[in-house]
Amino acid sequence: MAIEVRIPTILRTYTGGAKSVEGSGATLGDLLGDLDSRHSGLRERLVDGSGLRRFVNVYLNDEDVRFLGGLETPVKDGDTVTVLPAVAGGRR
Amino acid sequence: MLTIAPRLRAKIVAHARADHPDEACGVIAGPAGSDRPERFIPMLNAERSPTFYRFDSMEQFRVWREMDERGEEPVVIYHSHTATEAYPSRTDVSYASEPGAHYVVVSTRDPDEAEFRSFRIVDGTTTEEEVRIAAEAAGPGPE
Repeated sequence: MAIEVRIPTILRTYTGGAKSVEGSGATLGDLLGDLDSRHSGLRERLVDGSGLRRFVNVYLNDEDVRFLGGLETPVKDGDTVTVLPAVAGGRR
Repeated sequence: MLTIAPRLRAKIVAHARADHPDEACGVIAGPAGSDRPERFIPMLNAERSPTFYRFDSMEQFRVWREMDERGEEPVVIYHSHTATEAYPSRTDVSYASEPGAHYVVVSTRDPDEAEFRSFRIVDGTTTEEEVRIAAEAAGPGPE
């Protein structure tokens, strides 16, 4: 089973520079756990105590997983997961 | 140093003025590795706030995918401050996630004179850089 996960520039330190890695799992949460077993520390950049971190966008194919099921989103062979840190900021 | 064409600087300032008092935000894409800002992409501020900005998640997805398909990267990421100076705030720095980008901050606090400054933000460290307003040396022709 292979699910492609596209990694943004700032997280490529966890993947040895790779823009894209492969993993497996039944849900997004499982997939991130699987990736973390080979790229230690990656999961913690994406997940905190309450689920997916607020200022990280994760997409399953063309949809934001916030509207699917968050970490419970089912994933399957052939899917592509894309991670993009939110672009944000403010006055303070 | 950020080198940017006058027309692009003007578009950023115009966007900031148009959205004032909400913060405006956007990207200027350019060929990957070139450090040349070329393609102006104003973005929706999904927060629509005078004190915070955030790219809409799906718009960001489409824009980032389009840049990838075109062999581009975000050369400039810009946003405006509407009541404070044109300097990255603590939240600007904590969310800066494109280490190769020039972070342009515009302030529209003065109704007549916009402040336009550029910074590199890498690993939580902000460094101001010179802004050189210059037309592209080589290009498709006069605008």
